[in-house]
Amino acid sequence: MNESAHLWLIPLFPFLGFLLNGILGSRLPRRLVSAIGVLAPLVSLVVVLGDFGATVISAASSCPTCGQVTALALPASESLSYPWLAIGALHVDFTFVLDQLSAVMLLVVTGVGFLIHVYSVGYMKDEPGYARYFSFLNLFLFFMSVLVLAGNFLLMFVGWEGVGLASYLLIGFYFSRTSAADAGKKAFIVNRIGDFGFLIGIFLVLTTFSTLSFSKIAALLAVSPDWHGPVLTVICLCLLVGAAGKSAQLPLYVWLPDAMEGPTPVSALIHAATMVTAGVYMIARTHLLFDRSPVALWTVAIVGAATALFAATIGLVQNDIKRVLAYSTISQLGYMFMACGVAAYSAAIFHLVMHAFFKALLFLAAGSVIHAMGGEQDLRRMGGLRTKMPVTFWTMTAAVVAIAGFPPFAGFFSKDPILYAAFLQGTGGKLLWLVGLITALLTSFYMFRLWYLAFFGEPRSEVKHHHSTQLSMLVPLVILGILSVCGGWIGIERFSAYLAPVAAAHRPLPTGNPFLEAILSIVAVLVALEGWLIADKYYRRKPERPAAIAAALPTGYKVLLNKYYVDEIYGALIVKPLLAFSKFGLGGVDILLAGVAWLFAGIASITGMILQRWQSGNLRSYAAWLAAGAAAVLIFVLLSNGWLHLGFAVGWKGWPLR
Amino acid sequence: MSFLQHDVPISWYLFLSAVLFSLGVVGFLIKRNLITVFMSIELMLNAVNLSFVAFAYQWHEVRGQIFVFFVMMVAAAEAAVGLAIIIAVFRARSTLAVDRIDLMKL
Repeated sequence: MNESAHLWLIPLFPFLGFLLNGILGSRLPRRLVSAIGVLAPLVSLVVVLGDFGATVISAASSCPTCGQVTALALPASESLSYPWLAIGALHVDFTFVLDQLSAVMLLVVTGVGFLIHVYSVGYMKDEPGYARYFSFLNLFLFFMSVLVLAGNFLLMFVGWEGVGLASYLLIGFYFSRTSAADAGKKAFIVNRIGDFGFLIGIFLVLTTFSTLSFSKIAALLAVSPDWHGPVLTVICLCLLVGAAGKSAQLPLYVWLPDAMEGPTPVSALIHAATMVTAGVYMIARTHLLFDRSPVALWTVAIVGAATALFAATIGLVQNDIKRVLAYSTISQLGYMFMACGVAAYSAAIFHLVMHAFFKALLFLAAGSVIHAMGGEQDLRRMGGLRTKMPVTFWTMTAAVVAIAGFPPFAGFFSKDPILYAAFLQGTGGKLLWLVGLITALLTSFYMFRLWYLAFFGEPRSEVKHHHSTQLSMLVPLVILGILSVCGGWIGIERFSAYLAPVAAAHRPLPTGNPFLEAILSIVAVLVALEGWLIADKYYRRKPERPAAIAAALPTGYKVLLNKYYVDEIYGALIVKPLLAFSKFGLGGVDILLAGVAWLFAGIASITGMILQRWQSGNLRSYAAWLAAGAAAVLIFVLLSNGWLHLGFAVGWKGWPLR
Repeated sequence: MSFLQHDVPISWYLFLSAVLFSLGVVGFLIKRNLITVFMSIELMLNAVNLSFVAFAYQWHEVRGQIFVFFVMMVAAAEAAVGLAIIIAVFRARSTLAVDRIDLMKL
C-alpha cells in the first residue's frame, strides 16, 4: 500500500471537465470550454508523469549502489476509504492499482489523449456542439483511466462499459446524420455481445476464486503453481470474447469501420489509440489466467493472426481514407492479439504504445487532409497534397513509414519482436509468423497506396481551405511525428525489463539466438520494402494499372471492396432473423399480452363504473349503507352461531382473566 | 341500591339500551339536520355505555365502567371536532341539511 500516488486524481480531473463542460458548457465562451477540456487531461498527464517518474526512480534505486530514495514502490494501490460492495464473502472495493503495466497504459491514454484534445481545439473550431464534444471526450478519458487503473474485474468492467458509452456518444456526435446514429448503435450492440462474454468470464472468476481482485487472484494462482483447471480455459475464452468485442477482432470487428462516422480526432483517440486497445490491455492484465491455458492462448493467437490478415486484405481496396485506417487499426490490433497469444505480452504492449503514436498521427493527419478538402474522404478525389500541406505530408510520411515497419521508425521495433516471438513457438508459430509477414506486406502496400493517392500525382479536386495551418492542429502532429520516429528507440529489451514484474510470461519463452532474430528482421524489412515497391509501381509509375487489375479480377475485387460481404452475411444470418423474431414478438406476443391487460383493465373500469354509483356524496345514503352493513353482519352472526358464540366467531377469547 | 340489584333483571337494562340504540340509528338515518344526526350518534354511544355499565354491575367487573369513561372521552372529543365542522359547514353553505351537503358527489 502506498498512499502517496494520489491515483484518484487521475480520473477526477477529466470527470470534473466532463461535468463543467457538460452542464455549463453551452453558456460558456468557447475559449473557456477549450481551456477546461484541454486542462483536464493535462493535469491528469502531469499526475501520471509524476507517478511514472517516481516509478523510474524506484526502479533505479533497486540497485543498492545508487543510493536514491524509493519514491514509490510499485505496485502502488489505493482504495477509496469505503468499500463498494460487501455481500457475504464477496468484497469489492474501489481499488486503483498503479503498476508498470497501468503506468505505461496511462501514459499513452493521457499523453496521446492530451495531444488529441489540443488538436480538437483547432479541428472542431467551427462545429456546433463544441462543449458537448469536449465533455464527451473528457468523459471518455475518465472512464478509460478507471479501466486502466482498476484493481479488480468489476471496476474494470465499469470503465469498460463507460468507454463504450463515450464511444457510442462520440460516434453518434453528428446524430442528425442517420448513418452516424446507426453506426453508434451498431458499435454499442456489437460491443454488447463482447461484454456478455466478459461478464460471464467475471462471474466464472468469482465462482472459481471467490474474489475479483487481480492481486488476490494472482496470489491464489501462485499458491497452486501446477493447477490447470479446464475452468480456466472457459474463463479465458469468455474474456477473449469480451476483448474481441472491444478490440474489434474477428468476428466482432464490424463496428469499427462504421465508427469512422465520428469526428476524426475521436477516431484517432478512441478508435485507434486507446479504447480499442483495451482488449489487449485486459488480456495482458489477466495474463496469469491465460498462461495457464494453452488452448485459450492459441485461440487468442489464431484470432489475432486471422484478423490481422483479413482486415489487411480489405484495407487494400478501400477508397475512403478513414476506412483504410480503420481496417489498418483492426489489422494492427490483430498483431497485438497474436503477440498476446504467443505469451509475448510486453511485445504486445510495446506495439500498443507504438501503434498509439503512429495510428493517432495517421488519423490526425488524415483529419487535416479531410478538413483541407472540405470534408472529402474519398482517396480517388485527393492527390497532389504534398506541396500544399507540407507539415501534414511529412508527419504522415513518418507515420506511414513507421507502420510499414522500416527501421529506425517505431513500427519496426515493435512489430519485429512480435513476429520473432511467434516464430519461436514451434510449427504453429511458424505459420503465425508467415501470416504476420504477409500482413506486413499488405500493410506496407495499402499504407503507401494511401500515401501516394493522397499526396502525389495531380490534384483531382480543389483544396478548399487550409485548416491545417492552425497551430493547435500542427503541434500535436509534429509531436506525434517525433514519437513515431523515435518512440521505438526505447527498444523491446528495455521495455520488457521494465514490464517484467507484471507482464512476464508464466511459462518460460523459448530462447532464440540473435542471429535468427536479425535474419527475421531483415526478411520483414524486405517484405515491407516489397510492399512499398508494389504501391510505388501501381500508384505512382503506372496509375492505370490498378483499374486494369480490378477489371481482370472482377470477382476478387468486388469481394474485397465489399469487405467480404460480412455486413451483408451478418445482416442475413443474425439481424434479419432477430428483427423477424422481434416483429413476431410485437405482432403475436405483444398483442396477446396487451389483450390480457386490456381485459383486466376493462373489468376494473366496468366494476368501477358500477360501484361509483355508491359514491353519491349523500350523507344519509352513506349512513344507510353503514347501518345496513352493520345489520347484515349482525344477522349473519346470529344465524350462524347465535349469541353465545359471537365472541368465538371472530376468534375472540374474551378478556384475559386475572 | 338493593332495588337495582334484586328487582330489575339485567335484560331490562339491555332492552332499554337496545331501544335507545335503535332510536339513535333511526334518527341517524332519517333526520335531515346535521345537528340532529350528530345527537343521534351521541344517543347510540350512550346506549352502548348503558349496556357496558349494566354488564359491569352484573358481573362485578370494573373494566366495563372504565370503558365507559373512554367512550365518554371520545364522545367529548368528537363533539368538539364535530361541532367545529358543523359550524364551518354552516358558514360555508348557510345550511345544515345533509341532503344539500353533497359537494363530493360524482
